Amino acid sequence: MTKFSDLTRLPDARGHFGPYGGRFVSETLSFALEELEKTYLSLRDDPDFQAEFDRDLAQYVGRPSPLYHAERWSRQLGGAQIWLKREDLNHTGAHKVNNTIGQALLAKKGGKPRVIAETGAGQHGVASATVAARLGLKCDVYMGAEDVERQKLNVYRMHLLGANVIPVESGSRTLKDAMNEALRDWVTNVDDTFYIIGTVAGPHPYPMLVRDFNAVVGREARRQSLEQIGRLPDTLIACVGGGSNALGLFYPFVEDDEVRMIGVEAGGDGVETGRHAAPLSANAPRGVLHGNRTYLMSDEGGQVLETHSISAGLDYPGVGPEHALWKDVGRVEYVAANDSAVLEAFRELTHIEGIMPALESAHALAHAKVLAPTMRPDQHIVVNLSGRGDKDILTVAKIDGVEF
Amino acid sequence: MNRIDQRFATLKEQGRTALIPYITAGDPAPEHTVGFMHALVEAGADVIELGMPFSDPMADGPVIQKACERALKHHVRLSHIFDMVSEFRRRDSETPVVLMGYLNPMERMGLHDFAEQAAGSGVDGVLVVDMPPEEADEVAPLFKEYHLQSIFLVAPTTSESRAATICAHGEGYLYYVSLKGVTGAATLDVSEVDRHLEPLRRLTSLPLCVGFGIRDGDTAAAVAQVADGVIVGSALVSRIADNCERPERATEELKALLSEMRHALDA
Ligand SMILES: Cc1ncc(COP(=O)(O)O)c(C=O)c1O
Repeated sequence: MTKFSDLTRLPDARGHFGPYGGRFVSETLSFALEELEKTYLSLRDDPDFQAEFDRDLAQYVGRPSPLYHAERWSRQLGGAQIWLKREDLNHTGAHKVNNTIGQALLAKKGGKPRVIAETGAGQHGVASATVAARLGLKCDVYMGAEDVERQKLNVYRMHLLGANVIPVESGSRTLKDAMNEALRDWVTNVDDTFYIIGTVAGPHPYPMLVRDFNAVVGREARRQSLEQIGRLPDTLIACVGGGSNALGLFYPFVEDDEVRMIGVEAGGDGVETGRHAAPLSANAPRGVLHGNRTYLMSDEGGQVLETHSISAGLDYPGVGPEHALWKDVGRVEYVAANDSAVLEAFRELTHIEGIMPALESAHALAHAKVLAPTMRPDQHIVVNLSGRGDKDILTVAKIDGVEF
Repeated sequence: MNRIDQRFATLKEQGRTALIPYITAGDPAPEHTVGFMHALVEAGADVIELGMPFSDPMADGPVIQKACERALKHHVRLSHIFDMVSEFRRRDSETPVVLMGYLNPMERMGLHDFAEQAAGSGVDGVLVVDMPPEEADEVAPLFKEYHLQSIFLVAPTTSESRAATICAHGEGYLYYVSLKGVTGAATLDVSEVDRHLEPLRRLTSLPLCVGFGIRDGDTAAAVAQVADGVIVGSALVSRIADNCERPERATEELKALLSEMRHALDA
């Protein structure tokens, strides 16, 4: 028992994490969510299901992913040792696949012939299209029209995988609008369709099951730390969009009081400018969107605000409800990294370690860059390198003024 | 007695079906809403559902999404909507008004302030699309305190045990969503609707009103055979969309469509 043991027992039976979470959906979806919850709870502790999940993670995703000591970068920063949890090496290039493997198994058990997904950076869309291809399921992916533009490579990847990408023109034409459209599709086709949500948001039971499927990241990192460092790390850092890679890393450490955890949100042009996607760091008001209550960027009339970030995968006005609670109880600190610092970290890791991070993950790196020099060389930071940067090459090239 | 209960009691005595139009407040511009409401009453509306525009109307199809966008261009806020209802009440003290929308704007205003001001302006009921009864713990007592009736949705996918919960919490009328989908979707199968309403009748004495997919006199009359009320939204809102620059024309078209439905129901 530690100070934070209670946190491991959430959500409660109604999907609440303290005042957050829940199931705020129109009635048509209630039944589907109840069914999903029942299916998941019956399979969660089923050894056969777990064995199938573990086998897929090992043989198809390539887990465990390594914990890599970025020695050269650590030396250059002149402080703590930085270790990278290499989710970028997973099949399809990000942590997102851990969750899609799990949800695809649920879709299969539920006998649904069609899956849908929302995507921002396209990583979750690619991961969904991938598992759909493997299981022979029809796959439609909703993607904000602006993201279709800035993540062209992933859009084409999804096409090659046999998925249909549907650009969403409503609202701010980014991730939140893609999620609205996916929910509308699901309401309409709920009989034959499984909705694979890509992050720890959405109505209960999604925040719980997406967390559980990604917690493999933290379980491995914890074990690897003990083996490779000889003890638990001092600090964990992960980027936070909806928050699935961060929760995946943090969750298995929640009762290790001595391990500090930092979530890094998208600071965009700077939290003080209002042009960001950092609801926790900016202390956004409490709100309800996409089926859960959380910190939500909205104006005084309660209309959801447009967000700004260099990275499509973090461009979201809310955040998973469990993060909202972890902020309130002080288990995790939340900070923001601005676009310019993110680009710098992206370039630095690429040059110094030969590892090109996703722009999302570069948010976590940007904060490691700030924090490491304030720590001693015998201290250790584990950074979740949630994805690889191949998909962002066109974005960075454009900033560099290079055209193909 | 609440205006909604009063109205349904009268309709029952007369053996008539309720006609419930929906429009989005502030669409295409705030100054037209009250005029539209009066026009709808003249054309035979029994209850008016007034949409509270939201940036992310997840349960709505393209027609009502665009209506929200038009209203939000004018920065329509809940306080403006209460002003509209107050103004409507100056000439109409009888027609029940139900606000319909999403939880976030209400929470941001403060649920207590919302309930107090809604009731003060003459609102009779509230339907929060993304708040099923399980999540209504905070809202329900406030609405009770201010005599606002909580209207809930029932869907084709609602299980019998859920339906019982909903019926236990619901007031005014039950809004039966006639099909799986968002507002503005096309097809509607009356015998299917009947099959679902049947068990609800055993659970509740609340009037059962059917919405989604009703767009003209024929569909209204068909649904009226099995329901106590018909709700029409997207069909009306698209008349407004077609005539954004010509509000008089929009008023005429709203009246024409609603009269057609009224006649079909009363025939
Ligand atoms: C590589 C990568 N990291 C992080 C994220 C953000 O999502 P989350 O906060 O759920 O981990 C994304 C989303 O697309 C991503 O592609």
